[in-house]
Amino acid sequence: METLIQQILNGLVIGSVYALIALGYTMVYGILGLINFAHGDVLMVGALTALQTMMFLMGVAPGMSPVAMLTISLMVAIPVCMMIGYAMERLAYRRLRNAPRLAPLITAIGMSFLLQTLAMIIWGRNYHTFPQLISTTPMQPIEGVFVTPVQIFIVISSALIMIGLSLLVNKTRIGRAMRATAENHRVASLMGVDTNTVIAFTFVIGAALAAIAGVMFASNYGIAHYGMGFMPGLKAFTAAVLGGIGNLGGAMLGGIVLGLVESLGAGYIEHLTFGFLNSSYQDIFAFIILGLVLIFKPTGLLGERVSDRA
Amino acid sequence: MKKTIVALAVMGLGITGAHAQEMIVKLGSVAPLTGTISHLGKDNENGARLALEDANAKGITIGGKKVKFELIGEDDQADPRTGTTVAQRLVDAGVKGVVGHLNSGTTIPASRIYDQGGVPMISPSATNPKLTQQGYKGIFRTIANDVQQGSALGKFMVGPLGAKKVAIIDDRTAYGQGLADETEKAAKAGGAQIVAREFTTDKATDFNAILTKIRATNPDVIFFGGMDAQGGPMLRQLKQLGVTAKFVTGDGGCSPEMIKLAGDSIGSSAYCSMAGLPLDKMPGGAEFRDRFKKRFNADVQIYSPYAYDAATAIIAAMQKADSVEPSKYLPALKASTVPGVTGNIAFDEKGDIKEGAITLYQFKDGNWVAM
Repeated sequence: METLIQQILNGLVIGSVYALIALGYTMVYGILGLINFAHGDVLMVGALTALQTMMFLMGVAPGMSPVAMLTISLMVAIPVCMMIGYAMERLAYRRLRNAPRLAPLITAIGMSFLLQTLAMIIWGRNYHTFPQLISTTPMQPIEGVFVTPVQIFIVISSALIMIGLSLLVNKTRIGRAMRATAENHRVASLMGVDTNTVIAFTFVIGAALAAIAGVMFASNYGIAHYGMGFMPGLKAFTAAVLGGIGNLGGAMLGGIVLGLVESLGAGYIEHLTFGFLNSSYQDIFAFIILGLVLIFKPTGLLGERVSDRA
Repeated sequence: MKKTIVALAVMGLGITGAHAQEMIVKLGSVAPLTGTISHLGKDNENGARLALEDANAKGITIGGKKVKFELIGEDDQADPRTGTTVAQRLVDAGVKGVVGHLNSGTTIPASRIYDQGGVPMISPSATNPKLTQQGYKGIFRTIANDVQQGSALGKFMVGPLGAKKVAIIDDRTAYGQGLADETEKAAKAGGAQIVAREFTTDKATDFNAILTKIRATNPDVIFFGGMDAQGGPMLRQLKQLGVTAKFVTGDGGCSPEMIKLAGDSIGSSAYCSMAGLPLDKMPGGAEFRDRFKKRFNADVQIYSPYAYDAATAIIAAMQKADSVEPSKYLPALKASTVPGVTGNIAFDEKGDIKEGAITLYQFKDGNWVAM
């Protein structure tokens, strides 16, 4: 029983991170119909920038409290990622907005390579140890079930950020402009919405979420390196599709579901298939679920955002 | 794992009359001399070089002619493609034998080139079992392979560690899976029960799901076949999940990098293994260390004694066969019994070193300490 609870907990933690990254994919898709494959690499830049800042702070102010250090690192990593997000949109994607859909997609893959290579030049190929500023000492809320403060922090802050983002999109002026642009950006611009600003804003917010997710990811596992964004990026994209791409609630649900499926899949696949499949099929299991959902519900769990581009 | 190519080339024509009775024989050494493991590459090359200089100092006569050995050092950048390119270059240069390469990944593809070129090759550091399983005639190694390592690990777990229940994880790479399979076999043969066999990848960072599953089986020892980049985070997650089982891994995790990545989650219940002996325990280790230091003004890294022995074995075989031609001296090389720095150099029918040594390490006071 404690194994089951532990697996659910494992899935919830990793699922929260997936959900946070998936939001970035889904927001951009909802508005532009573009899958920004470089999103996972923005996450990596966020984590490594935060790492660099922490190293610097440890050098100049060794006595600084962990909370202050984490906050300052985030305050550096978030703007850096926002700038990268803005630059990608402004320099690459905006020029291709009216090009065939394949062109921006290939550009996004190119952006991903570009960011990874730059990071490799700056930070090297080696794995770096990421300071775990939030405690990783396990606690036992239930006998046999272990949870660390950093995991609790990840789940709670992801939830808060998602609530904040929903409020931003549904209750604010810029949120209304975003929804209008997603609906039809030509009409929105005729109505006086500055669609260029709205699209740039979307990229910037997505990048900020990626930066936070990157720091969380690195804090949880205690490592960071230039290729760390690829797998979580791919998984988060899957989560976004699973939940219904373009749909914010779908991204959150998709992330959590994917995390749980992976965790429970790896834990129980052997029993479920009577030893025929084992944990080397962990990732395939997640994609089988994705396949099944898309066969019976092609628009994902919560449905794709309805717009002419989707 | 470096590839050192010792190429022995007879340059009978280019020699001036004054040394008409002297024959120059080229030996190649191939290893990564640039990149992240270039220090290991240079170490291998120097090992081979020292063996050649020793032979030259002794004044060896083969086929009635005085022989002078010359080393050609090549850089394979630890890259399989570059490895085959430089291998071809050495074969074209007419080398008579090769010490190298360093990495299994470069040695295996290069071995085909040497086989086609009829040039014997001895790797001082490639441990993948496949190298000597390809059916090539002139391919050897002076280091123990992963089959030998896995069996030593399995015996260690059931013996000194007293494991009754063992959980095994591998990263599904040729190296990790191969090592884990051999370890599993040996542990089973020793009477241990394999309570879990789990898998991850060489790119993964999250192991919580499989570790939770393993925790439920309550093993005494967890074995991981894979590299330090996964092993370090795995140790952290084991601690976070409250797992207290002993942790054992192979040479891929037997590195300072592993200690760095595991942070405060590594303790005295972590063990690892390395092919070969620590320098102090080699028969000729102490003397080799001093001579190496004196000649190159550098410390022995890891494999230079094995490179030295590889070159020595080739030279000894040439002497015995009284020929520098591979076709003539190869039978002598196969039947070698040469006392080397690392021990007795003798090969089995596949070309693996007989009685290849494996050393086990335990984590103690911030470092891996040989047991």
